[in-house]
Amino acid sequence: MASKKNKNRSSKEDYNLKPGDFNTERRPTWCLGCGNYGIWNSLKKTFVELGLMPHEILIVYGIGCSGNGANFIKTYAFHALHGRALPVATGAKLANHKLNVIIMGGDGDGVGIGGNHFIHTCRRNINMTYLMHNNKVYGLTTGQTSPTSDRGFKTKSTPGGVLEKPVDPVLLALVSGATYVARGFAGTTGHLMEIIKKAIKHEGFSFIDILQPCVTFNKQNTYDFYREKIYNVDELKDYNRSNLSEAINMELKEEGKIPVGIIYQVKEPTYEDGLKQIERKPLVDHIITDVDINKLLNNYY
Amino acid sequence: MKVSNLTWKIGGEAGYGIMSTGVIFSRIFTKKGYFVIDSNEYPSLIRGGHNTYTVRVSSNQIFSIDKDINILVALNQETLTLHQEEATYGGYIIYDEDVCDIKDIKRARKDINYIMVPFSKIISELGAPKVMINNISLGASVALLNYDMEILKNVIKDNFSRKGTEIVDLNIRSSELGYKYVKQKIKTASYELEIVNPVGKMLLTGNDAVFLGAVRAGCKFYAAYPMTPSSSILHSFASAEGDYNIVTKHAEDEIAVINMAIGASFAGARSMVATSGGGFSLMNEGLSSAAITETPIVVVLCQRPAPATGLPTWTEQGDMLFAVHASHGEFLRVVIAPGDPEECFYLTGKAFNLADKYQIPVIIMLDKYLSESHFSYEKFDFKKIAVDRGKLLTAVKNKSGEYKRYSDTEDGISPRVIVGIENGIHIANSDEHNEKGYSEEDAYNRKIMVDKRFRKIKKLIEEIPPPKIYGPADAEITIWSWGSCKGPILEAMSILNQKEKKVNLVHFTFLYPFDYESIAGVIEESNKNVVVENNKTSQLSKLIMMNTGHKIKNKILKYSGRQFLSGEIISGIEKIE
Repeated sequence: MASKKNKNRSSKEDYNLKPGDFNTERRPTWCLGCGNYGIWNSLKKTFVELGLMPHEILIVYGIGCSGNGANFIKTYAFHALHGRALPVATGAKLANHKLNVIIMGGDGDGVGIGGNHFIHTCRRNINMTYLMHNNKVYGLTTGQTSPTSDRGFKTKSTPGGVLEKPVDPVLLALVSGATYVARGFAGTTGHLMEIIKKAIKHEGFSFIDILQPCVTFNKQNTYDFYREKIYNVDELKDYNRSNLSEAINMELKEEGKIPVGIIYQVKEPTYEDGLKQIERKPLVDHIITDVDINKLLNNYY
Repeated sequence: MKVSNLTWKIGGEAGYGIMSTGVIFSRIFTKKGYFVIDSNEYPSLIRGGHNTYTVRVSSNQIFSIDKDINILVALNQETLTLHQEEATYGGYIIYDEDVCDIKDIKRARKDINYIMVPFSKIISELGAPKVMINNISLGASVALLNYDMEILKNVIKDNFSRKGTEIVDLNIRSSELGYKYVKQKIKTASYELEIVNPVGKMLLTGNDAVFLGAVRAGCKFYAAYPMTPSSSILHSFASAEGDYNIVTKHAEDEIAVINMAIGASFAGARSMVATSGGGFSLMNEGLSSAAITETPIVVVLCQRPAPATGLPTWTEQGDMLFAVHASHGEFLRVVIAPGDPEECFYLTGKAFNLADKYQIPVIIMLDKYLSESHFSYEKFDFKKIAVDRGKLLTAVKNKSGEYKRYSDTEDGISPRVIVGIENGIHIANSDEHNEKGYSEEDAYNRKIMVDKRFRKIKKLIEEIPPPKIYGPADAEITIWSWGSCKGPILEAMSILNQKEKKVNLVHFTFLYPFDYESIAGVIEESNKNVVVENNKTSQLSKLIMMNTGHKIKNKILKYSGRQFLSGEIISGIEKIE
């Protein structure tokens, strides 16, 4: 959608916004060194690079430290219930598919309480971008295990260490049918910005698993931990990112290494493409003051 | 025999088209202007259970079905066993001797006429599938009533036209064979209905009427997860989405359903969801999200007997106090309970206006009986549903800073915007927030915002009509009830008020909120009060007690999973001293 000209704005030449123009009157309340800062900065810069105006964007937030970002980025925002950002975003996008819709939530939000919505939103291929702030811990509730926490990870709710295997959000997105699946690292904002930009430009559902160190409650998955383990899939020779089994295999074979970059991308018809009733204009643009239902009433005779 | 009123019932195994046969029988009468009410009974499975369909036809206005059956069509032995007692004196039973053994019944019920129609033989000679036996029974019934066979053929044609001419022809031919068989066998008609003004009527369910009201009100987004008895609303929306530019979404669960609708409504489209009690339970957290973000939403709650899965295909009014208090936290909502499809239609229109104007959730309560039973009506005057979106802005001039979405206005209603317009940027925040939508935990702000949201009630209450009073003002006994009990009660009153006992009805279509001062007077004036409800714990009397301090001692309650029949209300009233 972002690639299409928006009629509300005169032209790209007049565009003179800076990342700072996406700041609100509130300053972030995240811990010093929190990975959210990197994501916050990358996103604002991306908006500027794409020439988007604040009112052309709707960000739907979940609950968690990332969700508090609703107060710190100047766009239309809906700060939804825990785990429910995806369905709210879906409804808003279907009501007005001209909006650029972005979803921000944590790992608990996305694969814990909202896991069902995650699977189904992936398979719908609605043209939205979902940024999962994955810090592998429940931060806002002061440090409990998350569905993405590593096995053995000791937290307030798992003092003896986590017994379950972690969910891999990238793998889950791949098998659930997302058409753009990437992983980024909050510590390399330049790269993150590139993949966010491509995600927003992608026509279909785009998902980015963002490795985001929690400096307060996760002393295990730190900046250094990730710097040592990540490698960029762009550096691989002969990697075909439009092949689903190759993408799944790469995600599975990681042993001590974590791939970042665009892991999978294909072009498929979007959910909106299948809706003839929004072909001409968005639902919100219809005049509803005098809907003639005579034809419908006649069906009951 | 000329009659002004008759009841027909068909019973058979699930999977044999009992439901569509029932609707066809109803429709052949509404086509000619008769008044019709029907009701179906079926178990929660696809094949093998026992299904029945009861149709009451009248030359005059009626309000509910009747328990006395004039014509019983038995497609299996179970129908005879379970329902022969309901056959009225001098009534008729149509059966097939190859399927039903009637020896014992004949001995017990000598007052009934037995019409043997060899359904199985006729259908196998015709070479039609067994599922078409019900058409033979329709033809046989029409012959027995000396009714119009052409109308039956037209309705069958309309009903099956989607399946192609071959299927239509086979259905019609089987009905004709049933008609001919009975015509040859019977010289005089069993009953002949008095002629009415032959202007066709609509035949529709409460769910149909909610759907129609919503489309008229400009509902653009409908989401649901299938759940009996709400599912037909989903099917109606899905079939109309192309013609009326509506997006219908069958989502992954009811949590997604309500949140999608909230998202669509937030963006600016009128949005509705429907479910039954279990789905409504899942929607509860969503209701409070709509409440604090002040996002309009219409939720249709088609009740069925619970707890848990309960009786999925039966009826009850067990969720009223749940709806009135649903979800965490204190917030304003409106709960509406239409009594019949006509009220379903107009009140759904009103529900959208109330949701938009006050930016609150509005819950419309039906139950299986109202959701799935058909009622006849003259055409609804859809122009009577006017659209009022309240303070919804499509443009904002003020360019100074961010938009005050939750401005602390005098009436508590803060103008909202269509998302995407310039200068309207704000946060719709599930956290408590300040006027601009920023999260705010300040004590003073919290009080301001809670008061702002509740202040809307002042204006809202003026739009809520008091309960409607039916029957004589000087009644000896006053019935208090709500929702779908209206029909059986009115039916009972029409009989009771011919006798000495004078009875009237205070019927609630708006359960919450309303001006309870207005009914406190009525309670005191009435000689004897009695509550009639389709539940165990008499939730309406609790609601009245909570809000007026008045206790209504007399109660007529039914919680067997079946709706009231007028006779049960009459005998309940007669016991009151």
